[in-house]
Formats: sequence, C-alpha cells, structure tokens
Amino acid sequence: MEGTAVQRRLSFRPRPWQVATVTGAVGETPSVRTIDLAVPDWPGHRAGQHLDVRLTAEDGYTAERSYSIASAPGDPVAITVERLEDGEVSPYLTEELRIGDQLELRGPVGGYFVWEATDAGPLLLVAGGSGIVPLRAIIRERQRSGGDASIRLLYSSRTLADVIYRDELDAYRDGIAVSYTLTRAQPTGWTGYAGRVDSALLAEVAWPAHKDPLAFVCGPTSFVETVAEGLVELGYQPNRVKTERFGASGGR
Amino acid sequence: MPPGQYVTDGFPVLSAGPTPHTPLDEWTFSIRQGLAELKSWSWAEIRDLPAETVTVDIHCVTRWSKLDTEWRGVSMDTLLGAVEHDEGYILAFCDGGYTTNLPIADVTDGQAWVAYEYDGEPLDPEHGGPARLLVPHLYFWKSAKWVRGVELLDHDEPGFWETYGYHMYGDPWKEQRYSGD
Amino acid sequence: MDTLDGNALAGLLAEVFGEDMTSVVVTCRTCGVSAPIGEAMVYPRLPGAVARCRNCAAMLMVITRIRGVCCVDMLGLDAAPLP
Repeated sequence: MEGTAVQRRLSFRPRPWQVATVTGAVGETPSVRTIDLAVPDWPGHRAGQHLDVRLTAEDGYTAERSYSIASAPGDPVAITVERLEDGEVSPYLTEELRIGDQLELRGPVGGYFVWEATDAGPLLLVAGGSGIVPLRAIIRERQRSGGDASIRLLYSSRTLADVIYRDELDAYRDGIAVSYTLTRAQPTGWTGYAGRVDSALLAEVAWPAHKDPLAFVCGPTSFVETVAEGLVELGYQPNRVKTERFGASGGR
Repeated sequence: MPPGQYVTDGFPVLSAGPTPHTPLDEWTFSIRQGLAELKSWSWAEIRDLPAETVTVDIHCVTRWSKLDTEWRGVSMDTLLGAVEHDEGYILAFCDGGYTTNLPIADVTDGQAWVAYEYDGEPLDPEHGGPARLLVPHLYFWKSAKWVRGVELLDHDEPGFWETYGYHMYGDPWKEQRYSGD
Repeated sequence: MDTLDGNALAGLLAEVFGEDMTSVVVTCRTCGVSAPIGEAMVYPRLPGAVARCRNCAAMLMVITRIRGVCCVDMLGLDAAPLP
C-alpha cells in the first residue's frame, strides 16, 4: 500500500479551481443528466475520482458540491448529476446548464476510492442510486485496460426508470455480472431482485470472502453503511471494502 | 434582512457532531465560574422557571435566514439573575463539546434565552433539543445547540468556530462573519 | 441529518496539503482506531469542515477556509508518515 502511494503521489498534482465549458448534456433518466466538459488543463483522471463544482451567484454567494467523474480514464471529463428536489446546485446543473456554458471546477480529486487495473482481486461493486456513477467509471476502466478482473455489480434503484446507464450495463458480458434490485416498484415480469440490499441479498450476489475480493460501495450514506457492514459480516476484509457516501440522496 | 442572507422556508440542520441524547433526569444547566459551580438547575427546575414565547428572525453564517421563528424558553436574565456576576463574558458549553463565547451584555436585557420549544413543540434533538441557547441578534452559531451551561469569564474566550477564524462577536447586520470583518 | 465521509474533503485537503490525503491512514487519539481519512465521518454544510472518527465520533480534524487562509486543526489524530 505504501509503495503504490509513492507512485500515486508522483502522478498526482492537484489543480486549483479552473473554468470548464459544457460540451454536451444528455438525459440519462428523468432526473439524471450527464454533462460533458472541456477542461483546459485536465491532467487525466483515475477511475473513481470526483471533481468539485463551484457555483457563484451574482452577489458572491458560492455553493460547492462534489460529483463523481462518470467517464473512463483517458476519455473526456463527464459528470452525471441527479437532480435533488431541495438541492442548491443540482437543479441548476440538470435543468438550466446549456452547452457552451461555463462551470468552475476543481479536480480530479480522490485517491482512496480509486481502482487501478493493477489492483488485485475480483471486484464487487455495490451501487445505490447515483452511486453507480464512479462504479461505471471503474467498469469502463477495466474494459479499457484489457480487463481480466472479474466484476460483480449489484445496483439498487427505486424503479426501472431510475436505473442510470441501463443499456450499457445490460450489454456487459464476459467477466462482468450485473444484478439489479428495485426497491420501490418492479415492472411486470421482472426477473431481477426486489427490495433493499440486505445481508441475504449480499450473501447471494457478492463474491465469497475467500476469493479475497475488493469491494467498492457508493450511494446514500445509510445504504453504504448497511452494505459495508453486511460485507464485513460476510467475511470481507474491512480494508478491502471501500466506501463513498453521497449524503441523504444523490449529490454531496 | 442582514446583508448577504437568503430567506429559507426550511430549517437546515447544521451540526458538527452526532446528536447527543442526554436523558432528561441527568440533564442540568449550570453557571460556572472558575472551578466553582455557582448554580445549577435540573430539567424539572428549568421547566418550573417563568418562561416566554418569542418570535424572532434567525441568521446563519452559511447565509440562510429564517423569519418569524417561534421559540419558548427561559430568559437568560432569569438564569444569570440567580448569580452574582460582573459585566464580563460567557463561554457557553454543550453536550458534544461545542462552545461559543458572548459578552454578558448581549445575553441579558431580553436578548437571549435557553429555549426548549420551537414552533410550539418540544425542541427536536436535531435542532438542539432538549434545550439550546437562543441569541437571535447574532449569527446563529452563537445559539449553541444542546447547551448545558455557561462559564463566567472576565475576558472574551474564543469558542469552537471563533477559534478557527470566525468572528468573536458575530453581528449579522455588520456582516461580522469572520475575524477581522 | 446524513454525514458524509472523507472523500467529500478530498478537494479541500488536496489544496491544503498539496496532494491527495484520502488514502492517508490516521489513528484516532481518543480510541486508537486507525482508518483512511476517506472513511472519516464528515459533517457537511458547516462554517468549516469537521471530520470525526467513525468508531468513536471524536473529532479528528477541523478545517476552515476564510478569505483564502486555511486553518487546519489535526489535534485529534496521529497520521502515518508518507513514505
């Protein structure tokens, strides 16, 4: 761990706030939008990292939020933002921001919740809601790097309409197994799981502990706590269960 | 409205730590000076003191303001009136370790309360219940949640946020958010 | 209200320390438990950043950023030295 920390330090230089331009905006679900960004001095990013966005009102009031980078390392920067009903920043990003607009951001940031192709072990990815964003970047990185790490993804959403990146996730095959659970409503004929992720579902879907898996859990805080505890109960090494909490729901 | 503030309909919960849950039969409010406890009230005793209902505007340094909030509690005049004190300062202390400092002149003359009801209901633990300090003429970080007493001092001792650069006094009308404002 | 974790402080800590700090393992001086900063309990939307030990809730660090000047208090933790 310490040896790789040296390499990571050499390749990481934090950037100050800079101005990015919106080059694309795509609706993923009715309340979720992916925003493509052109960032002048982007050094590249690692799978799982995020960036901080800062909005400044005319009177100088600023609001900062963090958003996971949705794109794979090597691809142009993109973030996927869920609109929160009482959000200060997400309604602007998901509804008002237009192509050509500018955004102040800082990044990439993060080194703890990061996956490299050299990391050992089969991967367990557990996503709650918009927690799928950094995990999708990890999957894309796995593909980009020639992918032989085996991945199991368990993705919890309220309804099928809330599943982000669904077409892409459905298309994954070799070595990537995707399981969905819908907590609020399931369509007729649904063959996936139903209900919240609990110990029983984890026991069924997760890699067995003896395979020394590496887990990434991301989503609302209570979701992450439940899943992380559940994995440790299944025998996962606590230092191989990485967590990223998004607060009550969605953004940070 | 003080400069730089925004009205909110909600009541944001801002906390620097987990919500304490002191059982009411263990709860006390004390006035201390040095090593001495000058006076202490149990929950029952505080509830027995004359109380007031006040409607005030509150202003948080993070820029939200809430207008016409209704609180009920004991005036700090009543509590401080029970002890001998000089015109000095207090350092309010709370469950969870939070502190904040105020001149005594700003928590007397009907300017401050130990409030245990908000909007006609017992104060929610998330918002500082069972009781919090209420000093509406200053930024709301001075209205310490989960207050358990005040220490009488002859000097102005920085509390939690004041130590980290926030203004010692905190007048929203002069926009005194940070030290040096 | 929901707490976040040390990942939410990644940007601020990187600006203050010049490098990513979320992987740094710190030991809580109150209870002795060690964990990466990324796993600390973080309270959002405050006048400053407060990170607490996930095991015992003791304060690990407080960071305020006022007019560009950072005040960093890390008295609640012991940090493992970077190589």
